[in-house]
Amino acid sequence: MEFLIAPIIVALLASLLALIISIVDKHVNNYGDVEININKGKKVINTKGGDKLLTTLSSEGIFIPSACGGRGSCGSCKCEVSTDIGPILPTERPYLSPEEMNKNTRLACQIKVKKNLDMYIPEELFNAKEFSGIVEEINDLTYDIKEVIVSIGDESIDFVSGRYIQLVVPPYGKIKEYTQRAYSISSKPSEKNKVAMLIRLIPDGIATTWVHNYMKVGEKLKLIGPFGEFQKSDCNSTMVCIAGGSGMAPFKSMFHDMLEKGEIDREVWYFFGARTIKDLFLLKEFQEIEKKWPNFHFIPALSNCSPDDDWDGEKGLITDVLDKYLKTEIDSSKHREGFLCGSPGMIGACNNILNHNGIRDIFYDNFS
Amino acid sequence: MSPDINPLVLLFASIFTSNILLANFLGMCSFISISKDMDSANGLGMSVTAVLTITTAINWVVYKFILIPFGLLYLRFIIFIIIIAATVQVLEMVIDRFSPSLYMALGIFLPLITVNCAILGVALFMEIRGYSFIQSIVFAFGSGLGWWLAIVSLAAIQKKVLKAPVPEGLKGAGITLITIGFMAMAFIGFSGMLIVQ
Repeated sequence: MEFLIAPIIVALLASLLALIISIVDKHVNNYGDVEININKGKKVINTKGGDKLLTTLSSEGIFIPSACGGRGSCGSCKCEVSTDIGPILPTERPYLSPEEMNKNTRLACQIKVKKNLDMYIPEELFNAKEFSGIVEEINDLTYDIKEVIVSIGDESIDFVSGRYIQLVVPPYGKIKEYTQRAYSISSKPSEKNKVAMLIRLIPDGIATTWVHNYMKVGEKLKLIGPFGEFQKSDCNSTMVCIAGGSGMAPFKSMFHDMLEKGEIDREVWYFFGARTIKDLFLLKEFQEIEKKWPNFHFIPALSNCSPDDDWDGEKGLITDVLDKYLKTEIDSSKHREGFLCGSPGMIGACNNILNHNGIRDIFYDNFS
Repeated sequence: MSPDINPLVLLFASIFTSNILLANFLGMCSFISISKDMDSANGLGMSVTAVLTITTAINWVVYKFILIPFGLLYLRFIIFIIIIAATVQVLEMVIDRFSPSLYMALGIFLPLITVNCAILGVALFMEIRGYSFIQSIVFAFGSGLGWWLAIVSLAAIQKKVLKAPVPEGLKGAGITLITIGFMAMAFIGFSGMLIVQ
C-alpha cells in the first residue's frame, strides 16, 4: 500500500491548493452587484462584478469588436469609460494615442468591472449581435482566395456596405481555443439572411487555414457583428476606389448596393491591383456592372504580367496606374474622394498618390 | 539540525556575497528581458521579493511536515512548483482586490514570477542547507532584495549603455550579458567578507 502514499499526498495537496484558489476567487473576486451605464442611460446593465468589461458586455448582448478575442493584442475593443477605474495599464498603452488617453479611452478586454461604471460606445454597436450560421457555399475565386457564404437562417442582419464581421473560429488541429478574426462583408445589405466574406489564405494563419483547409459546407459557426466605420459618403463626389486581393469584399457589397438603389449618377472609378493573371477574380461580375452603370469604370491592373499572358488590360504597379488615370482620365474639376481597402503597404502607397493629386478626403479599411 | 548562522548575517550574505542572481545565476530570463527600464525593473524586483518570501515560508512548512515524515523528498520539485504557482495566483487576486495601486505596479509581472527559477532555487537551497524556518524566511527575503538590487542596477547601467558607442554586433543581448558578467565580478568583491553555505 506504500506506493499509494505519494499519489494520495500529491492529490490532497493539489486539491487543497485548488480549494484555496477557489475560495479566494469566490470571496476576493466578488465585487457584488454593479451597474454599467452605457451612453448616458441608453442602456443600463445590472450585473455581477469581477469579470473583464469585454466579457461582461458580451454576456449582456453588447458586442464590442475584438479581432484577437480579448487577448489585448489587437487594440480593437476601445471604449470611453468616464468613471475613474484607475490608471491606464501597461498592456493598454501601446494601443492608445495620447488623445485617446486624455479622453479616458480604455481597452475593454483589459479592464475589470469592479464598481459602477459610466461608459460610452458608438451607437451602432448596439446593433451588433451574435449570429448562428451554417456554411452555405465555399467558392474558389483564385488559388488562395475563397468566397464563403454563411446563411443565418431566420435571423436578419442590418448593416451598411463597408462593414466587417467577426468570424468565430472553433478549435481544430493544434489550435485548442476559440479564435475570432474580422472579415469585410461582401454581400449586399439587402441580403438580410446571409453574410458573404472573401478570405485569402495567409500561411500559418489560424482563421484562414481553418477556412481553406477545414471548413465544410453545412458546418455550423458563429459570427459577431457588424462592426466598423468604412462606408461610402452621402454626397455625390467622384469615388476613387482602390483594392487589392480580398480587399475587393467591401467594394463588391458597396457597388451592388448602389446599383440596386439606383445611385448610378455617381461616378465611380474602381482600381483593382493584382500580381498575375492568376490573382484576378470576379472580372465578369464587375464588367457586368460597368454595362449597367455608365459612370462606373473598372480598371484591373497586373504588376507582374508575363508576355505569354492573354491580358490586354492595364499593366504595372497599381500606384502607377492610379497616378496615370488621376492625371489623364478622372475629372479633377469635380470633388473626388478616395476609398482604399487592402494591406497597410498598399494603402500607404496609394494614399500618397491620392494626396499628390489633390485628393484630401480619403477613407480606408486597413487589413493590419 | 539547522546551521548556526545569525539571521542578520544570512540576510547580508544573501543580498551581497551570495547574491542569488549574480553568484548563482538564477532567474536570468526575466532579469535580462525586463531590465530595460527602471519602473519595470522595480516592479519585478518587488514582486520577486514578495513571492520568494511567502512561497519559501509555505514550502518550508510543507517540506518539514509533509515531505520528510512521509519520505517523499523525491517529489520536492513538483510540490514546490505547484505551491509557487498556486501562491502567485492567490497573491495576484488578493493584491488586485485590496491594493489596486500595488497591483498596478506589480500586476503584469506577478504571473511571470511563476516561471522564475530563482523562486524554486531558493526553496531548494533552503532544503539542501537545512535552514530553520526563520533562517529560510530571512534567506528568501534577502535573496529577493539581492535580485531586486541586481535588476535595478542593471536597468540603471542599461540607461547609460543606450548612449554608449557599443559595436553594432554587441547591441542588445550581447552587451547586456557582458554587463552582467562585470556586475558578477564586482559582487565577487564582497565574497571575502562572509561565506555562507
